[in-house]
Amino acid sequence: MDYRPGPWGLDGLSSCVYCIYTETEGAITIVISQQSPEPIYRQIEEQVKAALFSGELAPGTELPSIRKLAQDLRISVITTKRAYEELERGGFIVTLPARGSFAADPDRDALRERRLGTLKAGLFPLAAEARALGMGEEGFGAMAREAYLEAKKEHEDA
Amino acid sequence: MPELAIEIRGACKRYPGFSLEGLSLSLEKGYVLGLIGPNGAGKTTTIRLLMGLARADSGEIRVLGEDPRKAGPALRARLGFVYDESKWYGTLNARETAAWVSRLYPTWSDEAFGSRLEGFGLDPGKKIDELSKGQRMKLSLAVALSHGAELIVMDEPTGGLDPVSRSELLDSLFAVVAEGRTSLLFSTHVTQDLERIADYIAFMKGGRLVFSEARDEVLARHALVRGPLSALDPGLEAALVGRRVYDGGFEGLTDRPEAVRSRAGDRISLERASLEDIMVYNVREDYHARPAS
Repeated sequence: MDYRPGPWGLDGLSSCVYCIYTETEGAITIVISQQSPEPIYRQIEEQVKAALFSGELAPGTELPSIRKLAQDLRISVITTKRAYEELERGGFIVTLPARGSFAADPDRDALRERRLGTLKAGLFPLAAEARALGMGEEGFGAMAREAYLEAKKEHEDA
Repeated sequence: MPELAIEIRGACKRYPGFSLEGLSLSLEKGYVLGLIGPNGAGKTTTIRLLMGLARADSGEIRVLGEDPRKAGPALRARLGFVYDESKWYGTLNARETAAWVSRLYPTWSDEAFGSRLEGFGLDPGKKIDELSKGQRMKLSLAVALSHGAELIVMDEPTGGLDPVSRSELLDSLFAVVAEGRTSLLFSTHVTQDLERIADYIAFMKGGRLVFSEARDEVLARHALVRGPLSALDPGLEAALVGRRVYDGGFEGLTDRPEAVRSRAGDRISLERASLEDIMVYNVREDYHARPAS
């Protein structure tokens, strides 16, 4: 018999697709799966974040109201409200009273802070490895510089 | 402090053979509360208290900020009651029904009624006797919204509806909720599609409230547990609300999934529980492993 931890916190119905139409890139889609182990509010949260990171969701784009999104996805209002609250807490969206919710600007907001944090955290094990290999500060710096220039060139070529 | 559509504090109502004891329940405006429980749980008594059809022996009840037993017709116009039995004359059509209902409510809007009929896909010229049960339910909903109901109470709204009618009624309800002006309370024996729309679930049993909390929280803290009998030791049993034992295995409901997982995660499976599972394992005493709390 296959014993594995299964999902809970879902309502066990079919999945649902939702599109947010943006001015620049056409549409981003939110796909909700009732079978996924991830709670529905987090599925919404993660997909909006991913669209922001990838640039599909441009800063300033208006998001549907929590009640409209709940109606279209056929989920309860409290679930979409939770998703928006989490996104707002993380600085990914901004809600203006009586005007609606908008995608935040990732360059100027907590989004950048977060990415910087991730970058720093990713750098630490590399630095530790460099030290373990007996590489000096300058050697590691030179290596980082070389990698940076390579990434820059790749970006310019593309 | 959010405005409350419903506020019940310590309500008691005693009838011969049944009593509702110390019920406290509230609903924030603009949200949906599903009242679930087996027959005899007290759902209908709760609705009667809210609609002012019965007087509580003790406790306090506020509906849209008013005492339903003392408020006059003004509160009645702000309340909609949608229930199983058709309360309309079968030989009239929707348009004729509106003509006499409008006289009962000074707040009536023909314009709102017309657009609701259209939105709900109802034919204004069709006799009520020729409407399906689901269509009659939608008509009641349209009437309630057209006299400006801010709280709509529905007693078993999907009782006896086929899946297609349930889905159509659900569409209408989602549209109403999306507008954000109306609060909904519905009682049900649990129908899967209606539970999707509920923001909060109040579970009653034997005249008492077992819990009242956000639907997502209810579902997140319960799980169905299955495994071989050898895994069902007293420690695991203590984490189960109830369990059903069969040859070689068991199925049970836990309200502490993490405890169950850390205790026997390698020998059992955990799956999401439906509200129906939660209700059955709470109610069936022959499934109980520990004394009911």
